[in-house]
Amino acid sequence: MGNQLVMYEEELQQINGICDGLHRDSNAKAVLVIDKNGQAIASAGEVDQLDVTSLSSLTAGNVAATGGIASLLKEKEFAGQFHEGEKTHVHISLVAQRVILLVLFDERSSLGLVRLRVRKAANELAAVLDALIKKMEAGSQPSVFAEITDADIDNLFND
Amino acid sequence: MSFINYSSREINCKIVYYGPGLCGKTTNLQYIYNKTNPEAKGKMISLATETERTLFFDFLPLSLGEIRGFRTRFHLYTVPGQVFYDASRKLILKGVDGVCFVGDSQVERMEANIESLDNLRTNLQEQGYDLDKLPYVVQYNKRDLPNAAPLSELEELLNPTKVQAFEAVAPKGVGVFDTLKAVAKLVLTELKKGG
Repeated sequence: MGNQLVMYEEELQQINGICDGLHRDSNAKAVLVIDKNGQAIASAGEVDQLDVTSLSSLTAGNVAATGGIASLLKEKEFAGQFHEGEKTHVHISLVAQRVILLVLFDERSSLGLVRLRVRKAANELAAVLDALIKKMEAGSQPSVFAEITDADIDNLFND
Repeated sequence: MSFINYSSREINCKIVYYGPGLCGKTTNLQYIYNKTNPEAKGKMISLATETERTLFFDFLPLSLGEIRGFRTRFHLYTVPGQVFYDASRKLILKGVDGVCFVGDSQVERMEANIESLDNLRTNLQEQGYDLDKLPYVVQYNKRDLPNAAPLSELEELLNPTKVQAFEAVAPKGVGVFDTLKAVAKLVLTELKKGG
């Protein structure tokens, strides 16, 4: 079980690039890439007014619950979800079983356009994630934890 | 599943508070939320029923400071304690880095405690985790109640592996931060071992 996700500068830049591209090409309000366990990884667009941390956690909970429903119904997964609001709509898709791509959009775009652009972005994202996982598994990068001592951890908890 | 972001220099971890219904998991998080500086916490989210019972989870993002230039961020989750929400509990355990079992000290809740602890072990196994290998602490809550069982009895029934255990009165904050610090420290130590 891969019990850790590590993000490096190079891959994050690529993921940010994919977010920016999707944001632009789909006329979306905002795009978020979220780890399946609810950690925000990258974003693009109008995110200043958003509580990205809460949104990420709730979206991951939503995807997990939907995945639970899928397995009860003997479906592998429900690849996408769409929530229609009065002004803002939400498109959620799971990419490579690993990260969630969330697109917020309004009347400047349409579900069809978002779906189309998400498909392309999801393929690009999957390729970056593949490379990232290979890099993690190869262990070619120095770990932050190699530098951290037990005393550093103790110090964090001293009042 | 921890998330180490070298780009934003952050270490993100997930801690789950587990235990029987009404044992005080949400109260633990509420106390932590109320006593933490605004800059160190995000919004606390509770997905609860109209009667304030946890329906899916509570969520509290918390920053515990920096280690060697890396911000340590912990996402605290509770599970819904009521027996019939088992499917939801399984989902919340996914990607967990550390677990705190909150036991209810009241004598009449002992069976519910034992059932919940068994359920924790089973649900972790289903996800490929072993409770004995995870960063894990126990909290005995509601120590102030007159019908609280003696500590020795709780230890025997709810802590057979003798992990770190804390006595607590969650609404007053007794033991709340001690429990959190202990599990957070175990999580970081475990990450260091793995890293």
